[in-house]
Amino acid sequence: MTDNRFFNRSELIGILALAVFLVVVLPLTLDVFRLNLVAKYLTYAFVALGLVICWGYGGILSLGQGVFFGLGGYCMAMFLKLEASSVENTKIQSTPGIPDFMDWNQITALPFFWKPFHSLTFTIAAIVLVPGIFALIIGTAMFKRRVGGTYFAIITQAVAAILTILIVGQQGYTGGINGMTDLRTLKGWDIRPDHAKIVLYFFEVGCLFVCIMVAQFVRHSKLGRILVAMREKEDRVRFSGYSVANFKIFAFCIAAVFAAIGGAMFALNVGFMSPSFVGIVPSIEMVIYTAVGGRLSILGAVYGTLLVNFAKTSLSETFPELWLFGLGGLFIAVVLAFPNGLAGIWGDYVQPRIDRLISSRKPKPEGWTDSSVADGAPAE
Amino acid sequence: MFGDYSLGDLGSIFVMQGFAGLILFSVYVLMALGLAIIFGQMGVINMAHGEFMILGAYVTWMTSNFFQSYLPSMFSGYFFLAMILAFVASGALGMLVEWVLIRHLYKRPLDTLLATWGLSLMLQQAYRSVFGAREVGVELPQWMLGSLQVTDSIEVPINGVFVMCLTVLITISVAYVMYKSRWGRQVRAVVQNRIMAGAVGINTEKVDRYTFGLGCGIAGVAGSAFTMIGSTGPTSGQLYIVDTFLVVVFGGAASLLGTIASAFSISQTQSTLEFFMSGSMAKVLTLLAVVGILMLRPQGLFALKVRK
Repeated sequence: MTDNRFFNRSELIGILALAVFLVVVLPLTLDVFRLNLVAKYLTYAFVALGLVICWGYGGILSLGQGVFFGLGGYCMAMFLKLEASSVENTKIQSTPGIPDFMDWNQITALPFFWKPFHSLTFTIAAIVLVPGIFALIIGTAMFKRRVGGTYFAIITQAVAAILTILIVGQQGYTGGINGMTDLRTLKGWDIRPDHAKIVLYFFEVGCLFVCIMVAQFVRHSKLGRILVAMREKEDRVRFSGYSVANFKIFAFCIAAVFAAIGGAMFALNVGFMSPSFVGIVPSIEMVIYTAVGGRLSILGAVYGTLLVNFAKTSLSETFPELWLFGLGGLFIAVVLAFPNGLAGIWGDYVQPRIDRLISSRKPKPEGWTDSSVADGAPAE
Repeated sequence: MFGDYSLGDLGSIFVMQGFAGLILFSVYVLMALGLAIIFGQMGVINMAHGEFMILGAYVTWMTSNFFQSYLPSMFSGYFFLAMILAFVASGALGMLVEWVLIRHLYKRPLDTLLATWGLSLMLQQAYRSVFGAREVGVELPQWMLGSLQVTDSIEVPINGVFVMCLTVLITISVAYVMYKSRWGRQVRAVVQNRIMAGAVGINTEKVDRYTFGLGCGIAGVAGSAFTMIGSTGPTSGQLYIVDTFLVVVFGGAASLLGTIASAFSISQTQSTLEFFMSGSMAKVLTLLAVVGILMLRPQGLFALKVRK
């Protein structure tokens, strides 16, 4: 931890503060229902983390992260659904042993691509591999041909639209617009009661920190430097002999895998999965979480996600009309006035004061200002 | 699959299916024209384009209500006034948006995407608050109802024919404005080299504002035409925005001919496939084909040769 590979000091403090907040403060102050809501919000934080690497550092705006969130979520949900549809549980159906929505759609045998999802090992592998390979295919096709920027954003958006239409249209295989509901157990362990929800919450926070560490590693490694260089002057990096496309593909794939892990956590914590988390609107909302938190800040992505979702829940409960105005205004304000989001505000106004407080005791603080100079602002 | 139909029936089905595709084509072209101007010429991704279109549709609806209650004698001609009003309303809003929002973001194209998405959310909520969440339909004048009987088994709806004629008319005028008029030359000059265009005395800021306004105004007219074949709700615009972007990108941005060709191929593919399979699968296959072709040929069908 001292070799500066993963953190400098203020980042370590930030990560510890987030850990205390998520592991100690929230579980002690919130009831199980609210804690489960936080768990639901945190699943989006995985996506936002991936977007920090891919969009903030790599400069690749993907408007199709919902696709990967959905792929991960559906993989998990397929496993849970199969376990919930055992022969004893479904004996009233005309074909026992298959998920209920298949029975309603006159499908009499389990489709071939469902069969491997009886195995948990396969499912866990699929959660990472299916979205990863899908991102690899899209990324290779696009970046090798030097398609980027706005074109890439539009194509990913179209992919999100296609997947949503496909899931909704193929009711018999996917559960259609309702998605996969009534998920019950994981290897015989009931995921619905309160104590299970608390265990799942801590499991999710653990996974989130693993992802944060991976993101930190990418950021501080040479790879992260090349990503930033590529965002600023792509041609110069290319002429220096780096394969720009491969770095972009890697950033896109890692964002996809993070999003997929988030999706799988969603299916576990919330207990269902539906196409409403796959399409264009949720994908863009996930981008706004990152933008609000600060597209260059790994921890900011987590706070941004929590903040926007808390605001969404409380505002849309009390003033449903106001919420869309608020969200729309937030988009515009973040883009126009605060391009680096919460983390930018923190870095510009709060951190210097803390540094000054510390430096009155210690001569030279190293910290935020160093790293923010090195990371640079997004290209203007 | 064809066993139950005679050869003549099949021919009629294909003609009528093709005609349905032509109506879809008209809507695509009308929406894509405005977008092609804004995205192709200015490089701005306007995610609120659908909402500008819906504004035109609501203006048409209000005009039709006004004529129904106060000027019933002139109701048969209200549509022409409504179209002009729709153009003016959407165009004016577009120029306002350009002045308040877009002009700060020309150097950050990905950020215009987020900002205009925020704008589209606010506009949707505004429509919902003002006009209600339910979809509204426009009362068509008598002469637009019914259909033309071409042969015994082929008939085409009159409002569809009207929308198609309108599309042709608007496309020709846009082509004229962009490629023949003095102002169109200025727009293209600004696109090709902003600094030089400014140096020879073109007011580039003004050109930007009017270009954006024109694109939004055409969206308003598209919305106006849209009311004749479908009903309008606060979120109707969002349904078309991704399709329209694909049309523009597929055709090759900045190419008017490409936009028209891609709108034609996409709409015909979709409506032909719809005859063989469910609507959703037809759409999936069409979009997949478009995305697949774009991966092989990212510059679109009709790309301009430009040095980057």
